[in-house]
Amino acid sequence: MRFRRDEDSHPPLDFEGYRSTRLRHPSQLRPLTQTETELTAPRLGERPLGEHDHDLTVHGQAEPLGERIIVHGQVREDGGRAVPGTLVEIWQANACGRYLHAGDQHPAPLDPNFQGAGRCVTDAEGRFRFITIKPGAYPWGNHPNAWRPQHIHFSVFGRAYTQRLVTQMYFPGDPLFEYDPIFNSVRDPNARERMICAFDLSSTRPDWALAYRFDIVLRGPEETPFE
Amino acid sequence: MSVPQTTPSQTVGPYFSIGLPWGDGPDVVPDGSEGAIWLRGTVFDGAGEPIPDAMIETWQADPDGHYGTPGFRGFGRSPTDATGAWAIHTVKPGAASGQAPHIAVAVFARGLLKHLFTRIYFADEAESNVADPVLAGLDEALRATLVAAREEDGYRFDVRLQGPDETAFFAV
Repeated sequence: MRFRRDEDSHPPLDFEGYRSTRLRHPSQLRPLTQTETELTAPRLGERPLGEHDHDLTVHGQAEPLGERIIVHGQVREDGGRAVPGTLVEIWQANACGRYLHAGDQHPAPLDPNFQGAGRCVTDAEGRFRFITIKPGAYPWGNHPNAWRPQHIHFSVFGRAYTQRLVTQMYFPGDPLFEYDPIFNSVRDPNARERMICAFDLSSTRPDWALAYRFDIVLRGPEETPFE
Repeated sequence: MSVPQTTPSQTVGPYFSIGLPWGDGPDVVPDGSEGAIWLRGTVFDGAGEPIPDAMIETWQADPDGHYGTPGFRGFGRSPTDATGAWAIHTVKPGAASGQAPHIAVAVFARGLLKHLFTRIYFADEAESNVADPVLAGLDEALRATLVAAREEDGYRFDVRLQGPDETAFFAV
């Protein structure tokens, strides 16, 4: 078995609009036939998790400020198969658009009750669920008046090392989309849409939190023709 | 044939250290494991400057060349420090499925819109390296970028994202 290539879903490594790619993109990638090394993966879903690792809102003395949201979805392979038991890790800015990181000098307040990291393992149907705060937009130094759209970073493993994925989840209708080189580094507009979560009224918890659904699709096995 | 409908990759950005590093990330094997070694290196950009906001992940077979052996994590994760240096505490893998002993490496960084795949081979496995099908597909200079040099307590493997000594990266 091999996993299908999906280069057209992904950004090029050299993307002029995102300045930091300039000195960090290699000149080329060489072909490699997938071997056992690439077709196996660590079983990180077996790592012990804390009871509240999926809930980013309960790690302070009080509730963090901002709009509480539920972010849930399914990890599956292209072709439809669910990916159970895989580790999903997230990190994000707080409601004011500030990361708890020494390198973030955006003059917006830190929230003593929000660290901005979470993790969980997908269930038997590949599903995950986080409770967090809607992150704020924030400025960055890429170009004059550059702002990142609101986003949550996601890291996923899958059942094969070829499926490893780190991405960013965006929110529907963000007015910053058209100005953001990282979002637009994905050249296929349909593929860009796959990074935007969907408002999900049916998963909201009344009187408590709105919900968004974000399904993550990893590379799938090559189709067997004429089967 | 249908077009893959996969989720696009995006950069880890400058602040991934909030979410990705683990206390035991570099420990593929626990302290005191028999035959434990340190893999160390520095990640450099195209100007030859060390990259302080990169992260290395490794995936490997156990010393008998088997993947996914229960009790053997096989996986390591190390962010680079202020000097661009990373370190993984592991054991040398055995040869697996007709290949020379090697460790799969994924490189993440601000400025990398998709992680890069490369491989670590070992300088003291010259005989198996000659027969390795992946190394065989590369010219001598590129092959050399994948071979880790022996050091006192392990091996050294520097990663150069760009430039005349650019590491061989793979479309996997």
